[in-house]
Amino acid sequence: MGAYIIRRLIAMAGMLVTLSVIVFLLFSVLPADPARLVCGKSCTPSIIKAINHKFGYDQPLAVQYKEFVQGIFVGRTYGEGKAAFDCHVPCLGYSFLRNEDVTTLIKDTLPITAQLALGGFVLWILVGVSIGIVAALKRGKWQDRTIMGAALVGYSFPSFFIALLLIFFVQIKFAVLGFHSYTSFFDSPAEWFKALVLPWIAVAMLYAAFYSRLTRNQMLETLGEDYIRTARAKGLRERTVIGKHGLRAGLTPIVTAAGLDLAGLLGGALIIEQVFALPGLGRLSVDSVTTSDLPVITGTVMVAAFFIILANLVVDLLYAVIDPRVRLA
Amino acid sequence: MSDPFLQVKDLRVQFPTEDGVVSAVDGVDFAVAKNKVLAIVGESGSGKSVTSQAIMGLINRKTAKVTGEIRLDGEELLTARPEQVRSLRGKRMAMIFQDPLSSLHPFYSIGKQLVEAVNVHQDVSRSAAMQQARDMLDRVGIPNPDRRLKDYPHNLSGGMRQRVMIAMALLNNPELLIADEPTTALDVTVQAQIINLLRDLQREFGTAIILITHDLGVVADMADDVVVMYGGRVVERGSIDDIYYRPEMPYTWGLLGSVPRMDAGRNERLQPIPGQPPSLIRLPKGCVFRPRCAYHELVPGNRCDTERPDLLPVTPEHAVRCHLDPAQRREIAAERLGVATADPAMEDK
Repeated sequence: MGAYIIRRLIAMAGMLVTLSVIVFLLFSVLPADPARLVCGKSCTPSIIKAINHKFGYDQPLAVQYKEFVQGIFVGRTYGEGKAAFDCHVPCLGYSFLRNEDVTTLIKDTLPITAQLALGGFVLWILVGVSIGIVAALKRGKWQDRTIMGAALVGYSFPSFFIALLLIFFVQIKFAVLGFHSYTSFFDSPAEWFKALVLPWIAVAMLYAAFYSRLTRNQMLETLGEDYIRTARAKGLRERTVIGKHGLRAGLTPIVTAAGLDLAGLLGGALIIEQVFALPGLGRLSVDSVTTSDLPVITGTVMVAAFFIILANLVVDLLYAVIDPRVRLA
Repeated sequence: MSDPFLQVKDLRVQFPTEDGVVSAVDGVDFAVAKNKVLAIVGESGSGKSVTSQAIMGLINRKTAKVTGEIRLDGEELLTARPEQVRSLRGKRMAMIFQDPLSSLHPFYSIGKQLVEAVNVHQDVSRSAAMQQARDMLDRVGIPNPDRRLKDYPHNLSGGMRQRVMIAMALLNNPELLIADEPTTALDVTVQAQIINLLRDLQREFGTAIILITHDLGVVADMADDVVVMYGGRVVERGSIDDIYYRPEMPYTWGLLGSVPRMDAGRNERLQPIPGQPPSLIRLPKGCVFRPRCAYHELVPGNRCDTERPDLLPVTPEHAVRCHLDPAQRREIAAERLGVATADPAMEDK
């Protein structure tokens, strides 16, 4: 097990390095000229040259990459002489547009995204899995058809549409909830909740629709298994047959899907954050793309990739714990 | 067959489907006495598994119509409350299944699954249940039972898994054990071991056994009585000697003719039954076996096409569902299988 984890961590590092190289190469061929973007109105070639020098863009690509990696592990210094400033470990780069280092930007935005993702996650698992189980147990009955019909509708709506509907009905038409901008939980728990509740619901609805279908199908498949018949033949109560033997096997594949979906969300809920004006990682990514803020894009891509790769490892380890047939080697 | 422990009368199981009603079991009667082994023989789709699951109450009554009578020690099961039938399952009647790997829960250890079976019906401590489980594993010939309790099904071989299933079924000392093709998924060498084990345990515990199989070799080894099923019906019923030495139904001849025999000549070929088992949705109007029967022309007046034969007794214990004339049947059987003449009971013919 220990050796397996170490091997997986090494592989994970390899994947991140490969990814960073690809991102770096990709951005080097983009027609965006970072120096020109920050140069301003009275731009002269010498200013551009100075800016390029300051951020290291005049260096060969290999050197730029080396400095990027160095920044992550030992930090780096931008500029020279009096204008020089340090970017501390782990330095993911410096946004010349925002005059802020990328690490700080991510540190500010990631917690908001994480709260959005985790809250939505809890909600969608609770709702999706439980109604999926109900649908499976009531297969073919009106409960099943209603749930599956609703799930199909929820699944077909784009997430921004669900978000806009929520805003329209909850905040505007019936004005149940005013407009609230994000506030830290520690400043005001009530405000924090009011600002996040609609985004949570918006995130959860989409995924809950998907998870109810997934759960239903998994449960139906499991309840048709021979070992469920054995459980009944033993004389177990129906409650135990379904609640213990059925759920244990039926919900296992859902762990995989849930882990990866949560990780995907941690990389930024681009649309939901945009619609609800939540200053999270997704919004940072979108803003950076529209302003060609290459260092920030690199940083957010790396963070998102990190979560996905980490989730893969965690899910595999979890699976080995849940399913005794899985052997890690 | 005085004092039948299990009595099945006119059992019918019907599954409504989009294409029509599937009559999986259509008016089946039989009885099993304590201490006896009844074999139910037939091809896949003959209704033998459905019959056994109906006895255990494992047929979903919401999706299937089950009618008739099933009496376990006098107690009618089909009209009993589901909770009552549940409390009998695993306690007075137990079942082992065809494929032990898929029939054991992959996520729970052998010990947990056995303890669970004990604790449903016995109010004993976990450790006492574990001790029972251990002893039963020992009893069914599993070496190192303490270690096996901690194993998962996938750690065991096929034969060991089936032994675990048998142990699980016997934990609560059931009076009736239904074995649904217990050896089909196993290697041939292991098959014999499992059958021997079942026979030994049957003698030791005095359990009545219903052995469901299509393997006539297994039947000859164990059974006291045999029921031959075809198309959801009993087509022949009798003692083991009746079925092996005095079979009178063309389908039974077919089954016996498709088994390799030690005393057959080297160049003698097996005689498979031509054709396929019938679809249970639109059964032929006449004899269900008619489309595959080589002898229907011997019956005058096309009766095989128009009239369902009844299950008629030949002797008090031997009954056959066939339009052929009894004398004619014996003649054909003697010619085809060379068995009837070898039997002293038939010499006066």
